[in-house]
Amino acid sequence: MFTYTLRRLLFAIPTLLIISFVIFALLDLAPNDPTGDLPLTIPPEVREQIRASLGLDQPFFIRYLYWLQQFFINEPLNILERLTGWQFGDGDRMRVLSWATRSPVVDLIVQRLPQTLWVVGLAYLFGVLLAIPIGVISAYRQYSIFDQIGTFLAMVGYSVPTFFTGVLLIVIFSSYLQWFPSVYDTNLVVTDVSSFIQQVKQMALPVTVLALYNASQITRFVRASMLDNLHQDYVRTARAKGVKEKAVLLVHVLRNSLIPVVTVIALGVPTIFSGAIITEQIFRVNGLGQLLITAVQGADIPLVQTLTFIFAVLIVFFNLIADVLYGILDPRIRYD
Amino acid sequence: MKNLKLLLAGTVAALALGGTAAQAERGTDGDLKILFWQAVSTMNPYLSGGTKEVYASSMVIEPLARYDEKGELVPTLVTEIPTLENGGVAQDLLSMTWKIKPDVKWSDGTPFTAEDAIFTWKYCTAPDGGCAQAAQYEGVKSVEAPDPQTIKITFTEPKPYPYSAFVGAQSPIIQKKQFENCVGAKAPGCTDANFKPVGTGPFVVKDFKPNDVITLTANENYRDPAKPAFASVTLKGGGDAASAARAVLETGEYDYAWNMQVEPEVLATMMKAGKGTLVTAFGTQVERINLNHYNADPALGAKRSTKEAGPHPSLSDPAVRRALSLAIDRDIIDEAGYGEAGKPTCNIVPGPPAYASTKNDSWCLKQDIEGANKLLEDAGWKKGPDGIRAKDGVRLSFLYTTSTNSVRQATQELVKAMWAEIGVDAELRNASASVFFGGDPASPDTFQKFYADVEMYTNNFDGTDPEKYLAEWLCDKVPGPENGWQGQNIPRYCNPEYDKLVNELSKTADISKREELAKQLNDMLTEEGAHIPLIYRGQISSHSVTLEGVKMNAWDSELWNVADWSRKK
Repeated sequence: MFTYTLRRLLFAIPTLLIISFVIFALLDLAPNDPTGDLPLTIPPEVREQIRASLGLDQPFFIRYLYWLQQFFINEPLNILERLTGWQFGDGDRMRVLSWATRSPVVDLIVQRLPQTLWVVGLAYLFGVLLAIPIGVISAYRQYSIFDQIGTFLAMVGYSVPTFFTGVLLIVIFSSYLQWFPSVYDTNLVVTDVSSFIQQVKQMALPVTVLALYNASQITRFVRASMLDNLHQDYVRTARAKGVKEKAVLLVHVLRNSLIPVVTVIALGVPTIFSGAIITEQIFRVNGLGQLLITAVQGADIPLVQTLTFIFAVLIVFFNLIADVLYGILDPRIRYD
Repeated sequence: MKNLKLLLAGTVAALALGGTAAQAERGTDGDLKILFWQAVSTMNPYLSGGTKEVYASSMVIEPLARYDEKGELVPTLVTEIPTLENGGVAQDLLSMTWKIKPDVKWSDGTPFTAEDAIFTWKYCTAPDGGCAQAAQYEGVKSVEAPDPQTIKITFTEPKPYPYSAFVGAQSPIIQKKQFENCVGAKAPGCTDANFKPVGTGPFVVKDFKPNDVITLTANENYRDPAKPAFASVTLKGGGDAASAARAVLETGEYDYAWNMQVEPEVLATMMKAGKGTLVTAFGTQVERINLNHYNADPALGAKRSTKEAGPHPSLSDPAVRRALSLAIDRDIIDEAGYGEAGKPTCNIVPGPPAYASTKNDSWCLKQDIEGANKLLEDAGWKKGPDGIRAKDGVRLSFLYTTSTNSVRQATQELVKAMWAEIGVDAELRNASASVFFGGDPASPDTFQKFYADVEMYTNNFDGTDPEKYLAEWLCDKVPGPENGWQGQNIPRYCNPEYDKLVNELSKTADISKREELAKQLNDMLTEEGAHIPLIYRGQISSHSVTLEGVKMNAWDSELWNVADWSRKK
């Protein structure tokens, strides 16, 4: 297992390099321009100067090498410096700078990460916690009323887009009932009970929207996997031996059914980091998803490049984790 | 005892009365919550140039003079506006002198001096700095300080209209002490200074979360001790225009929201909640359809829309250009897409009022299908079997492009239907705004390349003087491969008479003469059909009914008088 993991990790390096090059090339080929959003009153000569000051007058390959150096050498050194207090060289390194804000991209990401982890991460957690029991009962009582309702809700949750449910909830709970705020306050710091309640209130709507979406996806997996296992011979054997129904269901069937589900959940974790772009935008949560979408709209290429690359790293990494987990959970699978 | 009570009650009443009479004190009205659905990226307008950054920073850093809601210059950091009459502008129009108000302080308590203005000019004109507002300092030869309270600007050539450098929200003064080590290529590295500039304005940045939220507090050193009434400002960003409108008009969570680009009927339903009102102001924005004077036939490849391609086969006929304008019903377009935020227009210079011509309103503002049909008929454009007019094998069928935006696409549909009534066909296309306005010379879809017969967008000019704007239609400003597609004469209009008149305008200092010339130039463009002006677009924002003092301004930052805003008691 260890050598397998090591081999996979080493193999990830060329994969990620190729991914970074493809992202860079794609962004460079896209007919987007960082001065495109500026008012037309800014004359073309000035726009040309702005582009030059952003380094856009350099050839493509040089810019890519710069980015590699900034991202793989300068930024890690910076983080190391900040963590340990050591000083490498004069500390005056070129960092990956966002074009729109002219501030280091890594700082922006660090600033946005908590919101995304709280809102999207919590929604994912709730989604999983909801999905497993619903999936189990649905499968055990297949075609019962509970199963029918569960299936219906899952279909609705999965097929109705979040930009619809989000706005619907705002209209009902913010505009009409006025229970929850429609705008997320990123400045809120939880210090006491009242600010905690406020935090819960502002997280309620976006978390609900996303949890519903995640739960409906995962329930279907749990249900299908449970159904597969319920009809296996070992279940019949267990029942024939007189094992209690509860133990059959929760110990034998559920454990085996969760193997593919865990993989699905692990593969879904990177989406937490990429944020739920639409939901964040609707509720103004201003996490990573919102950061990415404003960067795309404003042609802030260093920011888009860095963010998408970090997502790529996470996806590669969690794919590996899913594979390893699979091996741990299912003793029949061995990679060596 | 009873008397004492009475006396006490009287004193309290007198105090209360006195309190209201003395007007609001600084920082008594709590937090002002502003919503910009496009989030603010930086507080340094010299590094960004975007409207949202210019507006946000106008609460912190100020120019020497700014435009009020009527488009008139008002002094902010100076004692008066220099003119020829008061001697502030030299007789030869080669220099001007500003006198700084006494005792103006930066928010860190240090005095504001002429050195800061000199530094600002150097900062924005430094090579490799990529200053987004460099155009404001065009034609400035030097900025000097004869004494710490006097700023003398010298121009390279006579400037009849000298109010550009240090005037308006695009050209505020930054502190020398703070930005001294941030000149040129080093500018983007100064993140702290760019996010938290020291200013002379009513507020100071306390916390800046880029592309998210800005927290500002009242400036302790602001020159008016009674202002601002609000103790702090929270400027939140992100989302979309409709939900921003909802947060002010329907839920009342926010006090002010900028740029309500929302369908008129949606706004009307939100207004019913009674929590907010809409404010509009008209500046110089005009939505127009540019008519390509050069041939844009795709068969010409890279030559299309350049001089080499030759004149447009049908749009070079003045009758066609006039007929296309006559066929359009501007009222319908206005009602469907703009509502309160638009007025039909036939001018490219729609304001300020003194510069707005009315000469062509009589024939142009009213739809005249019959007249347009007759015009085309007389010019020899006959309807073919498919209902489309043609002459000598040239069909009146146009490629019509614009940027992607729901109002623009609706307008395209309407115009296409109107043109169909006079036997003109249109193929509709749109490109993403960041591509269309991006100016990438490698992209075929930019508005400068104009690889289409007609295209629609909005443009305007800063401030109130249209001289530079009208100079965009000069013959030598036609974009083409030789200048990297950088000219601003997008319709490729060329008329030596027009060039002569622009030259005259650039030498005229007398205001009424300038107005006259500007109107003449504007009329020429409309009459000769360089383009078809459609809608005079206003800016529309919303504010809570509890907010007082908002004076919507289209000539400067919308937040220009935020120091005077207060909470209704």
